[in-house]
Amino acid sequence: MVQTARTEATRTALGPTLVRLCREGLDIVCVDADLGYSTSAVKFGQEFPERFFPVGVAEQNMIGVSAGLAACGKIAFCSSFAVFAPGHCFDQLRMAVAQPKTNVKLVSSHGGVVTGEDGASAEALEDLALMLSMPPFRVIFPADVVEAEQAIETAARTEGPFYIRTLRPKTPVIYDDSSYRFELGRWDRLRDGSDVTLIVCGELVKAALDAAEILAVEGIAGRVLNASSLRPIDREALLGAARETGAIVTAEDHFVHGGLGGLVAETLAEEAISQAARGVLSRKGH
Amino acid sequence: MHPGRSTCLAPTQTVSVDELKSIAKRIRRHIVQMTAAANSGHPGGSLSSVEIATALYFFPVEDLMTFRKLGGKLQGHTIMHKPPGVEMSAGALGMGLSFSLGHALAGRLDGRDYRVFCLLSDGDCQEGQTWEAAMASAHHQAENLIAIVDRNHIQNDGFSDYQRFPDGNGRRPQRPGGWVLKDGHTANIMNLEPLEDKWKAFGWSTQHIDGHDFEAIINALEAAKAHTGGPSIVICETIKGKGVSFMENNPDFHGKAPSPEQLEQALKELAD
Repeated sequence: MVQTARTEATRTALGPTLVRLCREGLDIVCVDADLGYSTSAVKFGQEFPERFFPVGVAEQNMIGVSAGLAACGKIAFCSSFAVFAPGHCFDQLRMAVAQPKTNVKLVSSHGGVVTGEDGASAEALEDLALMLSMPPFRVIFPADVVEAEQAIETAARTEGPFYIRTLRPKTPVIYDDSSYRFELGRWDRLRDGSDVTLIVCGELVKAALDAAEILAVEGIAGRVLNASSLRPIDREALLGAARETGAIVTAEDHFVHGGLGGLVAETLAEEAISQAARGVLSRKGH
Repeated sequence: MHPGRSTCLAPTQTVSVDELKSIAKRIRRHIVQMTAAANSGHPGGSLSSVEIATALYFFPVEDLMTFRKLGGKLQGHTIMHKPPGVEMSAGALGMGLSFSLGHALAGRLDGRDYRVFCLLSDGDCQEGQTWEAAMASAHHQAENLIAIVDRNHIQNDGFSDYQRFPDGNGRRPQRPGGWVLKDGHTANIMNLEPLEDKWKAFGWSTQHIDGHDFEAIINALEAAKAHTGGPSIVICETIKGKGVSFMENNPDFHGKAPSPEQLEQALKELAD
């Protein structure tokens, strides 16, 4: 069921979800690099002070400490802004998390151009590409706060490295927690159609639903897939869309190369199906 | 076989210093043999940290000759849990202390009484992440964390500082920064001194010892274990390539294997 009346920032899901899961008995710890107020991680620190480790503005150390905690059996969550983690600490994520597959979950907010007023330096348009380059990482870009909560719970309950991208501004809530269940590797079909498929992630899921409404007025039946699970992808849904609708448009708040557009293109190229990708190709002046 | 690795210790076995010396010599023979067999590796830093590593734990000797071989347990740089006892993947410098702090914090949270030992190199102490972790370790009062520096003053391109390079005379040079010597090694790559003062300023309890003296190492580790309220560090002055005359203090053997003739000479020098 799709509901659109409410708006909420996906970054607000982290702290409260970790509090709930830790109360349920999951051995969660949280390492923070001085942005926990913004990522909502401090809510976990308020409830479980002995399990919350501030390390100052030091993202490389944050990843290393998280990996060490994970190596001792903890479910180690850490968070920052996406420009800083993975931005500042790619090698630490590669060496201390991806290669040894330590149980570290990085949940970073402020992805994409919707970071807005903070300016270009704060808008992460490369983070998904960095994280998708390391196969052990499961990479999730939730469409709304409901899916973000469920993705965080999935990460906590699933052994191994995760990256979850959240957003700064309030965005429309499209899912109802009582009827929707996030699953790794499943792209939710929010609207069916046979003429074209819109494959989208993050806050653009709502934009794609709006676009499909406009297409319908023009007599074009658009299918909408929420590609929140960027790794693993839903290969069956993707190839089904290509075969059944014959045309695919992707949209994402990220550079196309290395992001959802690239991912869809790579997969379709293996099957030799044509595709158009929409998203950020370059920054003006860069 | 880079020194920047950490390990959670099993209870110390009781072994005499004489036995440790004999083990150290045997390990030195293995190091020159395995790097010669692989025709690559990092014999210099491995030789300088032998006493430190031997005092901490014994490494199983089987599979040493599979070093750097496809499918072998010992890759050119260590991989977590592949060889028994290896607690983290290493090879990129600067990451060991953060990972060790994570172990230390988990131990405290779980009420366990283990200590975490982290071996650092000169190069590790040039990485920013090491100082992020140094700050955080003191901040979190990680008294179960003990760092050890294998201070051999040599790294990949040459000499870390002015103290050891030929004709350096141990005096601080007038010219700023580093420079390339006639033989292609770089001198004064990045001076770490005053290293002990730096760690002190970061809130660590410090000791500065001869890293080839077993009794000094054991006494320093015991003192570090007894220290409470924060992390401890033992800066061990060592000689790169220790025990093999032509490797000693020679940057060539940071990442190069001995030739068959050099191996023969090295084994002669390391004979019991």
